[in-house]
Amino acid sequence: MAHGPAKGFTRWLFTTNHKDIGSMYLWFSFTMFFLGGIFALVIRAELFEPGLQIVKPEFFNQMTTMHGLIMVFGAVMPAFVGLANWMIPMMIGAPDMALPRMNNWSFWILPFAFALLTSTFFMAGGAPNFGWTFYAPLSTTYAPDTVTFFIFGVHIIGISSIMGAINIIATILNMRAPGMTLMKMPLFVWTWLITAYLLIAVMPVLAGVVTMMLMDIHFGTSFFDAAGGGDPVLFQHIFWFFGHPEVYIMILPAFGIVSAIIPTFARKPLFGYSSMVYATASIAFLSFIVWAHHMFTVGMPLVAEAAFMYATMLIAIPTGVKVFNWVTTMWKGSMTFETPMLFSIAFVILFTIGGFSGLMLAIAPADFQYHDTYFVVAHFHYVLVPGAIFSITAAVYYWLPKWCGNMYDEALGKTHFWLAFAGLNITFFPMHFSGLAGMPRRIPDYNPLWADWNMISSVGAFLFGAAQLLFLVIVIKTIMGGRKATARVWEGSHGLEWTVPSPAPYHTFTTPPEIK
Amino acid sequence: MEQQYEHYYVPEQSRLPIFASLSLFLTVTSLGSWLNNIKADESGGTSASVFVLSLFFFMAVLYVWFSQVVDENRRGMNSAQLKRSYVWGMGWFIFSEVMFFAAFFGALWYIRNVALVELSEGPTSEILWNGFKSEWPLMITPDQAANGAAAVVKGPAENMSNPGISNWLGWLPFWNTSLLLTSSVTVHFAHTALKNDKKSGLFGFNSMLGLTVVLGIIFLFVQYAEYAHAYHVGLTLDSGAYGTTFFLLTGFHGLHVTLGTFMLLVQWLRSVLKGHFTHHDCFGFEAASWYWHFVDVVWVGLFIFVYLMG
Repeated sequence: MAHGPAKGFTRWLFTTNHKDIGSMYLWFSFTMFFLGGIFALVIRAELFEPGLQIVKPEFFNQMTTMHGLIMVFGAVMPAFVGLANWMIPMMIGAPDMALPRMNNWSFWILPFAFALLTSTFFMAGGAPNFGWTFYAPLSTTYAPDTVTFFIFGVHIIGISSIMGAINIIATILNMRAPGMTLMKMPLFVWTWLITAYLLIAVMPVLAGVVTMMLMDIHFGTSFFDAAGGGDPVLFQHIFWFFGHPEVYIMILPAFGIVSAIIPTFARKPLFGYSSMVYATASIAFLSFIVWAHHMFTVGMPLVAEAAFMYATMLIAIPTGVKVFNWVTTMWKGSMTFETPMLFSIAFVILFTIGGFSGLMLAIAPADFQYHDTYFVVAHFHYVLVPGAIFSITAAVYYWLPKWCGNMYDEALGKTHFWLAFAGLNITFFPMHFSGLAGMPRRIPDYNPLWADWNMISSVGAFLFGAAQLLFLVIVIKTIMGGRKATARVWEGSHGLEWTVPSPAPYHTFTTPPEIK
Repeated sequence: MEQQYEHYYVPEQSRLPIFASLSLFLTVTSLGSWLNNIKADESGGTSASVFVLSLFFFMAVLYVWFSQVVDENRRGMNSAQLKRSYVWGMGWFIFSEVMFFAAFFGALWYIRNVALVELSEGPTSEILWNGFKSEWPLMITPDQAANGAAAVVKGPAENMSNPGISNWLGWLPFWNTSLLLTSSVTVHFAHTALKNDKKSGLFGFNSMLGLTVVLGIIFLFVQYAEYAHAYHVGLTLDSGAYGTTFFLLTGFHGLHVTLGTFMLLVQWLRSVLKGHFTHHDCFGFEAASWYWHFVDVVWVGLFIFVYLMG
C-alpha cells in the first residue's frame, strides 16, 4: 500500500482512493456552483429593474429551475460528499472508504447526470421550466418534452446519492479504528452518519415521485390527474416528504463542520458534545414529520395545519441547543479570527436569522401571507448560503492546508470573507422586505413598488459572485504553492486528521491508529 | 500489547465504475429519447436499438463487477471486516428499496383516503366533477361521472380485488401469495441446510434453493397471466387511479421478484456448477435470500392493501 497515485489522467477515471474521489467531488461541486451562480446572475440581471430587459419569461423560468436544481443536487450535496470522502476515513482512522469502487461509481455518475440535465437547454422546448420543486401538473401535463431527461437525470443522481450514503454509513459503522467509540467520533462524522441515513430514506421517495411523473406523462396513469381520481396535491406531499429531509441533508454536515472549526479557534473543547449528537438526531427525526408546512396554503384540514405547524416549531428546540452550544464554546475562549473562523461565526449568526424567518413561516396563519413571496426566497437563501455554502467554504479554508500542504493567503481569505459576507446580506436581506411587501417569487417582471429592493439585491448578487471568483483564485494559488503547512496546521486543532503530515499521504491509516 | 490487524483490501484501481457510469448514462438517455419519440408518434428508431445495446453494456459491466468481487472472496482477499462492509451495504440497500415502495403505498393510501373523498365531497366537487362518488376500487372516474361518454380517462371494466373467500381457489393472487410464502420457507430451509453443511440430497441446500427459484419463476408466470387477464377484461394502466396504483405497485413488485429470482438463480448456479458456499462463507447467498424475504414482505403488503382491502 505504499504506492502513490497512478500516472496520467486515467488516475482520475479509475481511482479507488477516497482522497482522489473527494477532490473530484469538490471540483465538480465548485464547477456546478459557478454554473448555478451564472444562472442566478441572469435572474438578478433581469430583476435589476422592472420590465422585461434581458431574457424572455420562458427562459427566465428555465433559469430559476436550473439554478435551484444545480445548486441543490450539483453544488451543495456533492461538496458535502466530497468533504465526507476526504475527511471521514482520516477522522475515524480508516484506510479508505468501506466500498472504494462503488465510491468512484457514485462520483462518476454525477458528471454524466448533469451533462444530461444541462444538455436540455439545447433541445427543442428548452430546459425544465417548472421550478426546482417541479410541481405537477406543471411538470407533467404542461412540461416541455425534456422533462423525460430531467426525470432520468434525477433517477441516476439518486442512485449516486444512495450509493454514496450507503458507503458513508458502512465506513462509519465498520471502519472506525479500535477505541473510536461512537461517542468519541468527531461531530462531522456524527452529522454525516445521520445525513446518510436521511439520504437513504428519502432519495428513493424522490425516485418514486419522478417515476410517477414518468408514468403519467408517457403511460397514461392518473397519479396526479384528478380526472382519473389522482391528485396534484399528492405530488406535493410525496415531493416534500423527500424535500424536507433534503434541506437537512444540506445543513446537518454544515453543523458538523462548524462544530469542528469553532473549538479550534476558540481553543476550547466543543461545549455539550453529547447534546449536539442528540440534537442532530432529533432534527433528523423531526424532518420526517413536518413536510406539509411547505403546503399550508394548498388546502389541508385544520388539524393537519396545526399538527404540522407545531411539529415544525419543535425543530427550533434542537437547533437552539446547537446555536447555544456554539456560542458557549466561544464564551471565554482564546479566540482568533482566521478565515475559517470568520465564515463559521457568520454561519452561526446568519443561519440563526434564517432560522428565525423559518419560525415566522412555520406559523400557518402568517404563512398565508408570506407563501410564495420573496420572503420565502430570503428565508431559504439565508439558511442555504450562510448555512451550506459558508460552511463548505469554511471547511475548504480549514482543511485545504491538510489536503495540499500549503497555507492559503490569510489576507486574501479575509477579503473573500468580507466581500462574500457583504454580498450575501446585500442580496438577500432586502428580499425579506420585497417579500413582505408582496412580491411573488419566480417572476421576470414586477410592480415598480419593489424596484428599490430588487436593485439592491442585484448589486449584492454580483458582488457575491465576484467574491467567489476570488475564492477560486485563492484555492488555485494555495494548491500551486505557499507557506508550508505543519501537520497540526492550527494551534488549537484536535483529531486524527491532524496527526498525519500535510499534505496527507495518498494512503493514511493502513494500520489503525491508537485512540486514547 | 501489539494487536494484529487483518489487511483491509482496497483495490488499486478499477475500470468498472467509469464504464458503469457511461453505460448507465447511455441507457437512460436512449430510453428517454425513445419514450419521447413514441410520444411524438415517431418510431423508436435508433434510440430503441441504442437503449437495448446500452442496457446489455450496463449488465455486462455489472456481471464483470460481481464476478470480480466473488473471485476476490474466493482468493481469500476479503477480511472479516471487509465482509461486514458488504453486509452493511446490502442491508441499507434493502432499506432504500423499502422506502421506494413506501412512496407507492403512500400514494395508494392518499388517493383512497384523501383524494377521492375530496373529489366527491370537497367544496368544489359539484362544479368540477358533478356526480362523482368516491369508491374503491374506482370503477367510475371523476371524468366519467362528470362528462359521461366524452370522458378521456375511463375507469376499468373489472377489478382484481378480493372475490370473497369462497372463490379464492380460482383467484390468482391467492395462489401467488401461497407461492411466495412457500418460497420464503424453502429459501430458509436452504439456509439451514447450508449451516448444517448439507448441500445435496432432497432437503439439501441445492435442491431447496433450486425449488425457491422455480417457485419464483412460477410466481412470475402467474403474475403475467393475471396481467393478460386484466388487459383482456379492460383493466389497463390508463384506467384511472385503480389501474394506476394496481399496475404500478404489483408491477414494481414483479420487477423486484424478477431481480430476486435472478439473484437466487446466480447463487444456485454458483453452488451447483462451481461448488461455492460453505456454512461460514455464503454471503452472496445470504444477501440474495434477504432480498427474497424483502420482496415477500412487500407482497404481503400488496396482498392486504391492493387485493384484500381493494
